[in-house]
Amino acid sequence: MNSERIDPQGKKMGMWFFLFTEILFFGGMFLLYAIFRSLYSREFHAAAAEENLLLGTINTVILLTSSLTIALSISALRRGENLLSSRLQAATILMGLAFLVIKFFEWKAKIVLGIYPDSPVLLRLGKGEILFFGLYYMMTGLHGLHVLVGCAVIAFMVFFTRRETINRGNYARLENTGLYWHFVDIVWIYLYPLFYLIT
Amino acid sequence: MTSKNEAPAAPFYGRTGKYRWVLAEWMMSTDHKRIGVMYLMAVISFFSVGVVLGFMIRLSLLDPGWLMDQQTYNEFFTLHGVIQIFLFIIPGIPVAFGNIFLPILLGAQDVAFPRINRLSWWLYVTGALVILLSLFMHGRPPDTGWTFYAPYSIQTPANISTAVLGVFILGFSSILTGLNFVTTIHRMRAPGMRWFRMPAFPWTLYATGWVQMLATPILAITLLFIVLGRFFGIGFFDPSRGGDPILYEHLFWMYSHPAVYIMVLPAMGIISEIVPVFSRRALFGYAAICLSALGIAIVGYAVWGHHMFTSGMSDTARVIFSFVTFLVAVPSGVKIFNWVATLYKGSISLDAPLVFALSFIFLFSIGGLTGLIIGSLAPNLHLHGTYFIVGHFHYVMFGGAGFSILAGLHYWFPKITGRMYSEKRAKLGWLSLFVGFNVLYFSMFVLGYQGMPRRYFDYPPEYHLNHVISTVGSWFLAAGLIVIFANLIQSAFRGEKAPMNPWGGKTLEWTIPSPPGAENFREMPVIREGAYNYEEEAVR
Amino acid sequence: MQESPSQNHVVATGTYTIVWLALLLLLAATIAIAKLQLLARFSVLGSLAIASVKAGLVLAFFMHLKYEGRFLKGMLALALAALTLLIGLTFVDVWYR
Repeated sequence: MNSERIDPQGKKMGMWFFLFTEILFFGGMFLLYAIFRSLYSREFHAAAAEENLLLGTINTVILLTSSLTIALSISALRRGENLLSSRLQAATILMGLAFLVIKFFEWKAKIVLGIYPDSPVLLRLGKGEILFFGLYYMMTGLHGLHVLVGCAVIAFMVFFTRRETINRGNYARLENTGLYWHFVDIVWIYLYPLFYLIT
Repeated sequence: MTSKNEAPAAPFYGRTGKYRWVLAEWMMSTDHKRIGVMYLMAVISFFSVGVVLGFMIRLSLLDPGWLMDQQTYNEFFTLHGVIQIFLFIIPGIPVAFGNIFLPILLGAQDVAFPRINRLSWWLYVTGALVILLSLFMHGRPPDTGWTFYAPYSIQTPANISTAVLGVFILGFSSILTGLNFVTTIHRMRAPGMRWFRMPAFPWTLYATGWVQMLATPILAITLLFIVLGRFFGIGFFDPSRGGDPILYEHLFWMYSHPAVYIMVLPAMGIISEIVPVFSRRALFGYAAICLSALGIAIVGYAVWGHHMFTSGMSDTARVIFSFVTFLVAVPSGVKIFNWVATLYKGSISLDAPLVFALSFIFLFSIGGLTGLIIGSLAPNLHLHGTYFIVGHFHYVMFGGAGFSILAGLHYWFPKITGRMYSEKRAKLGWLSLFVGFNVLYFSMFVLGYQGMPRRYFDYPPEYHLNHVISTVGSWFLAAGLIVIFANLIQSAFRGEKAPMNPWGGKTLEWTIPSPPGAENFREMPVIREGAYNYEEEAVR
Repeated sequence: MQESPSQNHVVATGTYTIVWLALLLLLAATIAIAKLQLLARFSVLGSLAIASVKAGLVLAFFMHLKYEGRFLKGMLALALAALTLLIGLTFVDVWYR
């Protein structure tokens, strides 16, 4: 009866629902950002100007490209090209890790300057700056955590793809992984202007 | 029509032999009925603990200081709230009756994602354990109230981060349940079960599922803000760091108001199931009942500010929130009127399920009407933070959702256990509970109107009499609950065997054995009509 | 429980690549607008608008939303509307204090 039939459309629906919950989860942080920015626009502008635009832009290019590779990996799988698909997935993971490495260096540069939550240096700056950097660490931190989890999940997909557990007839898992990864990309698409480009 | 489905089967809770230990068989099960039964046991147990805590709070208030000191009092009402809200009433109906009956009501074999269902259960257990941990680990139990308001929640040395982590885990469990149910309703209805042939209870579970998905994540991030504030000094709610404590209240109530609809919508769904059966009439205005569930969920998303009228919010915001609060009463009213219209000229069987359902209608109406009083800006300025609020929410949450759970317990008892409970004892217990409930909580309206603040350990002598009256009410309430649960527990083991359809219900659960077998339906049901087609019948 | 049209639809590699190039172009545009102050006071709005176009492209093509049914699109709109409502009503408080 119904339980024996696999329902890929249902699984996809479930994944989209999960992404809606993630929208609201990140949304709470975007809400605080919006409120605080409206109250401290000058300080937010000054703090954002200090960000490393080059690194931020490189990271954006990396994530956009990683979305491309995982989308292509699904197409490859649907054509039955498991090896190509697993290679594209691996490329996605590498790009995700590269993103995290660059993030690490960005964070390190700030921490070395004494700019981290509750630090004496930060507390001597204005309230707007304190809020900006609190939001910065929190939002990029949670986003980075999601990237890391995504890389882990894709790694499992690589394994399943090589084993042919997922294949052209059964690819819902990879498709849903792709949806998650694209969502993580979209969050960064919004974080980037808010932390690097506001003027 | 479905005689194959009616054939007796070994009950779903028998040993399958898949695991060596019985505990493993249950904890590893993905069968929605087993998961639902485990949840049911858990939520009833936590409810009982919460009742004991409330009982002791009332005892303390007889003569403040005789039973506990001020700090302990704060910890008691915090724990009472956390347990009753996060471990009992929010999960409550969806995880217990929803899990057991949603697939059956839809003609499905299980929910859309059985393994995620099992994960929800594991997360619930984990969250409960983490909250309990916060009571016993080094440091003080939480003392902020279940609302964890900043700045106190950031500054207090109590075990807030642990408790909040437990709530975070519970929230994730709730989100996954909502996701599962919404997908199940979309994808797994039996052939012929169009949306408007679906019974009312699944409709409410659908609306609730959306609220669980779209509101709970806000709580999750807000709890994270508390933890980050405590550990890393990220002061979004700290004015000395540019933050604003009112923002905490906004974020907290953005979830916690919709949360009350998570509590009450499924409760209303149960009433919609019971009233037609025990008046042998089709549900009046069935489509309006279904759509009003969606209406309550949607409008209820925009009223959270009514918890914050005295916080320092802008006047403009206060007016808007008050106005929308009045709007949300409309779909609720639709349901009440339609239930009463269903009963009118019906062939009434005053069995325990209906007695509890009628109590719901009465008690929820009182709660709802007092909600309009405090939803109005001017009275709210006087009544906010007083016992009036405590009375209001106990009427809607306990008198509403609580009584609905008792109604559902009695209604579905024969289906789950295969036995009948004693009607006499059920009604005796109900009487004590009902009288005790009203004495306990109505006196709170008086206390609040007179100015008695809530969460206060002590009070001036002029409030003493009403506090005593209230506490005596709690004794009758507790006695009633003991009789009710003793009846159910005893009947579960020694009650008379129940037939497949003791109440003459028309929904799908009454077409399968009591208790159901492991497989819900041997033969897929085909639905040709709505769920409440009663012709004129003689009185039972 | 029919299969949706999106199950059968395969997006061509070429389409994906074009979308990717468009995303990179939009990235360049958003940097230009910000750095060259092309929109003056509206540059934040402009940046967010471009970000939304980029997000829309990812949603429509990479996430296949263009080929999904009305229900899914509607529910996404619902989730976004919910978030907008929450942020909006909070602003009604903060701005009018």
